[in-house]
Amino acid sequence: MKIALASGKGGTGKTTMAVALARAARSPVRLLDCDVEGPNCHLFIKPVLERSEIVTVSVPVVDKNLCKPCGKCAEICRFNAIASIKLAPLFFPELCHACGGCIQVCPENAIGEIQRDVGLLECGSSDGLEFIQGRLMIGEAMATPVIKAVKRYQSDELLTLIDCPPGTACPFAAAVRGCDYVLLVTEPTPFGLHDLKLAVATLRRMGIAAGVIVNRCVDRDNMIAAYCREENIPLHLQVPEQRRIAEASSRGRMLLEVAPEFGSKLREVLQMVTERISGGQR
Amino acid sequence: MKIAITTTGDSLQAPLDMRFGRAVGFLIYDLDKGTAEFVSNSQNLNAAQGAGIQAAQTLVATGAEGLITGHCGPKAFQVLEAAGVAVFNTRAANVDEALTLYKKGDLTAVASADVEGHWT
Amino acid sequence: MKEVVIISGKGGTGKTSLTASFAALADNAVVADCDVDAADLHLVLNPQLSEGSEFRSGFAAQIREHACIACGMCASLCRFDAVLENGRATVLGRYRIDTDICEGCGVCAHFCPESAIDLHERICGEWWQAETEYGPLVHARLGVGAENSGKLVSLVRLEARRIAEERNRSLILVDGPPGIGCPVIASVTGASLVVIVTEPTLAGEHDLERILALAEHFSIPAVVCVNKWDINPEITERIEKRTLAVGARPIGRIPYDRIVTEAQVNGQPVVTYSSGPVAERIEGIWLEVLTSI
Repeated sequence: MKIALASGKGGTGKTTMAVALARAARSPVRLLDCDVEGPNCHLFIKPVLERSEIVTVSVPVVDKNLCKPCGKCAEICRFNAIASIKLAPLFFPELCHACGGCIQVCPENAIGEIQRDVGLLECGSSDGLEFIQGRLMIGEAMATPVIKAVKRYQSDELLTLIDCPPGTACPFAAAVRGCDYVLLVTEPTPFGLHDLKLAVATLRRMGIAAGVIVNRCVDRDNMIAAYCREENIPLHLQVPEQRRIAEASSRGRMLLEVAPEFGSKLREVLQMVTERISGGQR
Repeated sequence: MKIAITTTGDSLQAPLDMRFGRAVGFLIYDLDKGTAEFVSNSQNLNAAQGAGIQAAQTLVATGAEGLITGHCGPKAFQVLEAAGVAVFNTRAANVDEALTLYKKGDLTAVASADVEGHWT
Repeated sequence: MKEVVIISGKGGTGKTSLTASFAALADNAVVADCDVDAADLHLVLNPQLSEGSEFRSGFAAQIREHACIACGMCASLCRFDAVLENGRATVLGRYRIDTDICEGCGVCAHFCPESAIDLHERICGEWWQAETEYGPLVHARLGVGAENSGKLVSLVRLEARRIAEERNRSLILVDGPPGIGCPVIASVTGASLVVIVTEPTLAGEHDLERILALAEHFSIPAVVCVNKWDINPEITERIEKRTLAVGARPIGRIPYDRIVTEAQVNGQPVVTYSSGPVAERIEGIWLEVLTSI
């Protein structure tokens, strides 16, 4: 079972909830941190990292001895990553999407591929919790290949929890794609509501079932609760605004350490979600 | 020898387009014959990325050996340099003024890009 | 012309609230909301007279079903697994392209022996040019799950610059996206200054390190302010020390206060909504920003 923790708006408590759910669950859990631009789960679960691998993407290289500058490679490239100017082509790897078109089209078979490093994948564990995280290298633009590398570890056999990047663009889509359910963590503010609506629209289009967790609520009858009622979206949990939670969280302490009463509530959330998934309520 | 000027129009009086990659077009001026020809760069205005690279290829294909423009980014510069096209930056108001400055020798070829990439 | 970009690394640290206040405090600015994935600035700047335009970028492939001979060439060439098989091998037209996954590289269309694949331009979002009480605003919305937010960010910045030139405005204020990837790089390249808003949490501290490295990577001067600093004074101090150590400058602290949310609920920048300690601190930070450029 694969459950993603996401939110349109950043800083609403995705990571806090992902870590709390991972700790509350009674069954074995694998936690994937797909927020590769700012992976933070490790700060809370403090895992022992056992191994790491470099995430790479393919980029083309030309064998200048074989190239008879015909320009076909530059012509097929829709990303303008190749310039052909009478001489052998010039490649701009940061624009390349690794579609392989130039390799296929070259009549001289003069183009091959090398690997370019874009990120780091780390695997480890913490108190029986399996943990995998991705890290985008500084200055690299494309988070998706790193997210995909982390997602290779998702599993149907055990409970896989996926901490997603904020927003609703391609990194978010790559992280939630293929999940059974998405828990959208938000806060009862105009920004939170606005961004929640965007996330809901994206997930509906992708055909992925979703429910909501409201974080930092002052009043249970808030604007998010009203929206969920209107849109018929399950509201699984409301976590009250408490300064002690914010302070503990700032020090890397987990929700359940300061507010253990949420353990049973989070298990109920998991139970509800499991029922929804097996009931096929999409 | 032919020299190209980025512009938004198709005459010598047309204003200089400060952009290179997303310039409306190039006026290709033949210094020997004194004739001018307009080459459109419009297919490039909406390029998702790499407009400078594409524009540089278009320019190289015209046979121009020099380019006068407002600004030139690093990727475009790399292509132009590889093709042996000299790049001159200017703030001239129109094509004619840019050409006059060039002929007087007031413009010097730059050794590197003068602006950072726009990323896309 | 100066361009100041407000970014954070970690999301939800108060970028937009701060940008809105800067917009209210600035005399002669154009504001650009470059958090195109989750643009919220318009919720507090209340734009009027918006003029919207489509944002088109890239392509998506589509198979003309009646022309497909189900040879499978497209599926074997696609590096993105965007070609789906419909399962029944004997039925013509059993291949289909998932446009959400398609990167628009056009390799399938180029090699299709029947030329049965078309590329369509994608509409990836919308952008607006608007007027607010505090000056012109350019904002945008990226289409659902769409890619190429970097190009939309560039477009928003370019439009803001055009308006600034047209109307002789000397400053562009950019509300940036979270993270360190494509849209962030598109937001900061060539900027005069980045203002990093962080919070005193381990996560904020961790992500600050990455965003400072990014600013350094692109050689852009950076200043740092700590929001909700009193949540954890100890980490606040650590953050400020670290900021100095990497050659950036700490320019102020903002206390934790419900007034920030209250202002947001009322659709106003904090500095116009109240004159309390938060507003005072933000005014101080704004002066620091002005001296930094």
